[in-house]
Amino acid sequence: MADAALTSNAVERGGGGLRRFSDVLVTRPRLLLLILLAPPLVWLGVVYLGSLFALLLQSFFSIDEFSGLIQHEFTLKTYGELLQPANLDIILRTVTMAACVTLASAAIAFPIAYYAARYARGRWKALFYLAVMLPLWSSYLVRVYSWKLILAKEGILNWVFAELHLTWLLDVLLALPVIGGPSLSISYIGTFLVFLYIWLPFMILPIQASLERVPGSLIEASGDLGATPRQAFATVILPLALPGIVAGSIFTFSLTLGDYIIPQIVGSSRLFIGQAVYTHQGTAGNIPLAAAFTVVPIVIMGFYLWGAKKLGAFNAL
Amino acid sequence: MPLDRAGGEGAAVTSDSAVTSEPTAAAVAVRFQKVARHFGEVRAVDAVDLAIRAGEFFALLGPSGSGKTTCLRLVAGFEQPDAGHIEIFGETVEGVPAYRRNVNTVFQDYALFPHMTVLDNVAYALRIRGLGKAERHDKARRALALVRLEGYDDRRPVQLSGGQRQRVALARALVGEPKVLLLDEPLGALDLKLREQMQVELKELQQRLGITFVFVTHDQGEALSMSDRLAVFNEGRIMQVGTPEEIYDAPRNRFVAGFVGSSNVLEPQVADALCGTRGLCSLRPERVRLLAPGEAAAPEEVVAEGRVTSLQFHGATRRLAVALPATTLTGTTLHVTLSSALGLPPQAGATVRLAWPRSAMHAMDDV
Repeated sequence: MADAALTSNAVERGGGGLRRFSDVLVTRPRLLLLILLAPPLVWLGVVYLGSLFALLLQSFFSIDEFSGLIQHEFTLKTYGELLQPANLDIILRTVTMAACVTLASAAIAFPIAYYAARYARGRWKALFYLAVMLPLWSSYLVRVYSWKLILAKEGILNWVFAELHLTWLLDVLLALPVIGGPSLSISYIGTFLVFLYIWLPFMILPIQASLERVPGSLIEASGDLGATPRQAFATVILPLALPGIVAGSIFTFSLTLGDYIIPQIVGSSRLFIGQAVYTHQGTAGNIPLAAAFTVVPIVIMGFYLWGAKKLGAFNAL
Repeated sequence: MPLDRAGGEGAAVTSDSAVTSEPTAAAVAVRFQKVARHFGEVRAVDAVDLAIRAGEFFALLGPSGSGKTTCLRLVAGFEQPDAGHIEIFGETVEGVPAYRRNVNTVFQDYALFPHMTVLDNVAYALRIRGLGKAERHDKARRALALVRLEGYDDRRPVQLSGGQRQRVALARALVGEPKVLLLDEPLGALDLKLREQMQVELKELQQRLGITFVFVTHDQGEALSMSDRLAVFNEGRIMQVGTPEEIYDAPRNRFVAGFVGSSNVLEPQVADALCGTRGLCSLRPERVRLLAPGEAAAPEEVVAEGRVTSLQFHGATRRLAVALPATTLTGTTLHVTLSSALGLPPQAGATVRLAWPRSAMHAMDDV
């Protein structure tokens, strides 16, 4: 009898509503995709981009100097304010710092990422991921404050230099104009070191991912065709790793541009963009100027990506 | 050595290279002396002696893991031998890195640079040597014409089909005019029709250029049809070196007989029962013929009677398995290949009489 039941039903029909629903989804993959994508698209479109747009809009308003109230009329007055020397100074300082941090972290991250992608296997690879990610699991504030202690005049770094009889070297470094200061924790060098430490993982991981996708045979092929290791690096490895370096530098650059905690805790009292935004929208209540300051990193990143594309950074994608 | 060399000259190189049996030092392109390469406990290459002649199309044939690719990588310079000595055109190459060897490789996965156009890929070796843009593009275009891939200069590798990528890889390896071209299973990723076409083209190209080709393959048909000589590898050792005919007609041992083509390996007692003592023998299935009822065998022929146990149709040929009587021949099954043009074969279960020339039974080393 079981045979008869099997032969009579070439297609199984019926079942509950949920089953019918899943049948519909399986046969119409686009519908499934729409259902899966709708919530994140709403989030991204309305909440994320919408608020960004509202922020941009704010930068075209201005603040009444007497009443301190926001005037909801389109004007470029706030941007005029942004371009005043004191504010330009802040922008220049922040962009220079971000560029230095990005270059240094790329230089440090590349060898680590290269080792992890090409040589580390099994246990060593796990150790690599752990070493890179572990700092990210602890509190950002705790790490910044511990760096303040490390860099302080009474800190371990000064002690190490003293034990090595190299205090003079540190003094020479701190005597340098602009980047120097009374101690490492109150100088741009200190700010730079802490930025470098905090954002380094964001540079290592994308570079490692891009190097991971370069087959070993490509490097062998370049050697086979006569390229010395240095030439192979310049013509094959670096161009193929470039999308990863650019991705990493987007992180380090934009994170440095926007950060206001590190320069407040470690460094001289001079403002960075993040701090300027913080003061203007909080203490001063000048939301239009804060918004205009926020536009600066967006514009800079736009130009940066445009330049990177022109240079062919994404050709390997 | 210009790339567009005349056809006649190249042919002369290949024909005279097949004649001499012990090549002189000058005529040897690649020489291996007791070369070994171990990976931990694995002896990938174990005491290999080999002399590949200049201008020869030489195949390294063997199953995967037999050491043939490691041998190729030793020539290219991607691996260094643990023991032994390697020479390329009389020059010792131990300790010489790949980029200082005048040897180029066509990789199994082609290894084309994804961030460069076809033309830049092919011109890569010339760019490394510091040639000007116009000159290197000119030479690269000629190399592409040589492999019959024109009009794709500005494409990227991802925009090409497998066969086109293969041609780019070939042009890229040839543009620097290497003394030896190494090919690591270059046709493995192509479909059957394209593979057959490329076999012919590669052979023609090699004859035209007169460059020594060393070709790694696990496909015995490919090795037989393309190479001037070949080495059969198994477990890191060379089983036999010779021309395709030598290897096919006179396999040295059980492994070669089984790996190169298919063969009936006749155990010594079977060979003895069939035609007197000959030791371990190989008998190619196509050498066996079917005797018509009442037909007498020629005097130099060996005759056996058996029952057909299976029958397979392969288009041009039919393959029969014939069980010889268990009483005298300990249950041996003979495989027989018959041309399909011969008409209807006997059915399974039928009793047939088989005959083959005594000379078709080739004695082998019993290892």
